Amino acid sequence: MSLFNQVGKYFLLLFRVFSKPEKMKIYYRETIKEFEKLGLNSIGIIAIISVFMGAVITIQTAYNTENPMLPTYLIGLAARDSILLEFSSTIVALILAGKIGSNIASEIGTMRVTEQIDALEIMGVNSASYLILPKIIATVLFSPFLCLMSMIVGIFGGWVAGVSTGVTTTQDYIYGIQYAFIPYYIVYALIKMAIFAFLITSISAYHGYYSYGGSLEVGKSSTKAVVRSSIFILLFNVILTQLLLS
Amino acid sequence: MIEVKKVSKSFNDIQVLKDINVLFEKGKTNLIIGQSGSGKTVLLKSIIGLYDADYGDIIFDGIVFNKLEFNEKKEMRKQIGMLFQGGALFDSSTVEENVMYPLDMFTKMSSSEKRDRANECLKRVNIINANKLYPSEISGGMQKRVAIARAIALNPKYLFCDEPNSGLDPQTAILIDDLIKELTIEYNMTTIVNTHDMNSVMEIGDKVMFIYKGEKWWEGTKDEIFDTENAELNNFIFASKLSQKIRDLKNK
Repeated sequence: MSLFNQVGKYFLLLFRVFSKPEKMKIYYRETIKEFEKLGLNSIGIIAIISVFMGAVITIQTAYNTENPMLPTYLIGLAARDSILLEFSSTIVALILAGKIGSNIASEIGTMRVTEQIDALEIMGVNSASYLILPKIIATVLFSPFLCLMSMIVGIFGGWVAGVSTGVTTTQDYIYGIQYAFIPYYIVYALIKMAIFAFLITSISAYHGYYSYGGSLEVGKSSTKAVVRSSIFILLFNVILTQLLLS
Repeated sequence: MIEVKKVSKSFNDIQVLKDINVLFEKGKTNLIIGQSGSGKTVLLKSIIGLYDADYGDIIFDGIVFNKLEFNEKKEMRKQIGMLFQGGALFDSSTVEENVMYPLDMFTKMSSSEKRDRANECLKRVNIINANKLYPSEISGGMQKRVAIARAIALNPKYLFCDEPNSGLDPQTAILIDDLIKELTIEYNMTTIVNTHDMNSVMEIGDKVMFIYKGEKWWEGTKDEIFDTENAELNNFIFASKLSQKIRDLKNK
């Protein structure tokens, strides 16, 4: 019963989020702020993680393919496909769930327990839409750029690690990342990333919006937001892979 | 004028408000007093529609507010100003932006007009040279005054204050009380203040309603309150040694 109750509350909240905004100009201004807060401020961590992710994938692939029967460009090819198909969308989404998911849940949760959301409602503002819609728009539009950046930086990290450790050469690596390239893999990853961004933002906002009590409850909401966003990312990863690649 | 008719409210089978009937008059400071947990805040939040009353009507100048459609309620709320217990200022906005927020959202004023109105409201509550500060950078008393400035920005017809003096020193509390009283007269608003501060009762209580265990237990003026023989109200009013001494002196 509790599950149905929560699912119902989630969809009712989404219904309020996507209702007509009071004043487009203010929503536009808020969306720009969220682009900076949730998008631009995530570039650093995504870049760092992607470099190391690409490096590890390249080195691990090299040690697992130490066979003279296998072509030398395989390291670049495997690194490219792993990064494009899975790491730059799913792993980056899981990291974003931790970073922006907890941020959204704690921000909205604190606004709830300090009666700032009540203040908005009293003024006649649709608080759900005002607080959540700009975040959803900003993350859904910006996350594919993060994904794209992660792909580029990850492949670059793989090249640096591969060449500096001597497991591959520049020529083999570049040949590998170009070999049998399927552009649709990028589209697939970007679609996945946009859907994951929607899940992260809406689930985290839901947990923040329905926080009650004090700081302890806000902390719990923040944890629930990250855990549930991560679970739904993994669940939708399976569904989307089946739908988009089969 | 706000009329509360036979309002009841329960949470998980626990009845918090029982058949409340009361009339809050225009141009007066109407006080709801009672112990913590007596149902004051639930009554206030039911009146403004943050909680839906289980039974009864809440009538704002002839309009049954709790029976309005969602969008009609939204329109009506533009006439309501509210001062929350903790101020409820938006943390990420400056003092000026907080006061300008309702103007931004609901008026077609130009930026300079909005800024002028915000400054006018801030000046009215004696907040000067703090426009660019954030709520975390000002004192609790100043936060309350900024919240009052935000509440009056749209010239509301109704003002609600939930424990406006909580967490304030006695001098600042008197300043806030005086401000609420002055603004009520100046804007000819129907003001409802939730409090358990007896100083507020004596300072600004044009009309006082005592709520006890979710029921309306007593109603009168601040002058009548000391002469009442209502046992529960007397226990509430004379709980402190200071108020007992005042009573003894008065009786002598």
